[in-house]
Amino acid sequence: MARLVVLGGGVAGHTTATFAAKWLGSGHEVVVVTPNAKWNWIPSNIWVGVGKMSKEDVTFDLAPVYAKGGINYKQAKALSLNPEGNESSDKPFVTIEYTEAGKEGQTENVEYDYLVNATGPKLNFGATPGLGEGSQLGEHTVSVCTADHAVHASEELAKCIQKMKNGERQKFLIGTGHGMCTCQGAAFEYIFNIEHELKAAGVRDMADMKWISNESFLGDFGMGGLHIKSMDYTVSSKIFAESLFVERGVKWLIGAHTNKVEAGKIGYELLDGSTGEETFDFAMLIPPFAGVGLKAFNKAGEDITDTVFAPNGFMKVDANYAAGGYENWKASDWPSTYQNPTYSNLFAAGIAFAPPHPISKPMTTPNGTMIVPTPPRTGMPSGIIGKAVAYSVCDLITKGENAHLHEASMADMGAACVASTGTGIFNGTAAAMTVYPVVPDFEKYPGTGRDTDHTFGEIGLAGHWIKRILHTLFIWKAKLNFGWTLIPE
Amino acid sequence: MALKDEENIEAYGQSYNTMTPGSTAKFWRTCVIWQFLRFIAINIKMIVVVGKSH
Repeated sequence: MARLVVLGGGVAGHTTATFAAKWLGSGHEVVVVTPNAKWNWIPSNIWVGVGKMSKEDVTFDLAPVYAKGGINYKQAKALSLNPEGNESSDKPFVTIEYTEAGKEGQTENVEYDYLVNATGPKLNFGATPGLGEGSQLGEHTVSVCTADHAVHASEELAKCIQKMKNGERQKFLIGTGHGMCTCQGAAFEYIFNIEHELKAAGVRDMADMKWISNESFLGDFGMGGLHIKSMDYTVSSKIFAESLFVERGVKWLIGAHTNKVEAGKIGYELLDGSTGEETFDFAMLIPPFAGVGLKAFNKAGEDITDTVFAPNGFMKVDANYAAGGYENWKASDWPSTYQNPTYSNLFAAGIAFAPPHPISKPMTTPNGTMIVPTPPRTGMPSGIIGKAVAYSVCDLITKGENAHLHEASMADMGAACVASTGTGIFNGTAAAMTVYPVVPDFEKYPGTGRDTDHTFGEIGLAGHWIKRILHTLFIWKAKLNFGWTLIPE
Repeated sequence: MALKDEENIEAYGQSYNTMTPGSTAKFWRTCVIWQFLRFIAINIKMIVVVGKSH
């Protein structure tokens, strides 16, 4: 009997664990280690953040679902990996610390035959002075990264709306809280959902709204933007994004590294080296991401964290980490099997794997500050990667260590994304997009790097219906309800 | 007289060099009948991309 341990119960980890458990059956064991008691459909946190959904609408308890799926669930956080075992045993293990009520602080060594690191991001609020401490949100801004954060954000938004109704102008500042953030799409959704709600509340004329991000052009979204065919023109996402900002009366400040946050104002540096400050009454700034901080030790107990993990804390996989500068980047730099190059029974899926480099072109200010959107790993790629890794591990378990590994390079897969710009069954809108491939391949698709026959986007009520349906479908799937395997990632 | 959408464009401001939708473009975005047809078309496009990605 083999044991697969999956660290993390988000989109990637949950996908890996549930498919592996289904395919392996009762002959082998699947263990999920996650510090969270609940699963969160993160894309809908935006709607929690504007008070249109509750925390209960976007979360559910993991324990009964994992029991249903025959998965051994440990509510704990992973601390370190011993991929070679220790002095008393050759069996690799992960050291965990329980977060479950009644067992807090207890540690355990969980042995494994295969381990998938799907721990997702550390929300590195502490990377920007004043944005927070470590992974804790500070007091000056709000966040929509977790359901609890989003509930708090909606409460603060309601206070602002009341102030505007009382005749007091409010300044909204939304975007990225560091020069190396990802998730610009989430911030994009939030600013336009707020704008939509302010209109509905009749206070839009009392609000000044501004976007701040590390993108070198609007519409970059951490993937170098995209190009869409429109009336036989090939049009950059920059044109469509700017159009929406202008239409909704949202000003923008881009190419910005937010370098400090204080009560009511932020400081920033721009690509040209100039600095400035921006005031706010309400601010949501996405934090930069890092790995969760797992350590690794060899059999002798020596620290080998640098061998297994990249400096940013994400796990090394089969990527080309020596590609060098932007002019050398290729689609083939990106991993396909997500197997750790040193320990063949270690994999990483979703945000937890270390990308070879960004997708967007890195830029540096004259002061040496790097300002570059880091690559997004949205739901669809994360799910596809999780499923491919599950396939590989199951084959390794059932067919032996020379089994073929399944591939899911982001340079060979597309993504369907729906960015909400306001909710409402008859007056909501969303930008529905497909990008193929996610990572541009300029050798295969000269010019745009993408297949423009399968890369498209449009904004409308249909997009909102799609996003609302996806909310229901993916929660249904994650709960392992009837037919869950029929819903694609 | 109500301002036309393009009259909100500020010379040499952020709004000067992009596309500004008119009332007709905005109408079609929430026209239920047209958006239902777009719903079908977008789902087909997405299913094709999902199929190519698995």
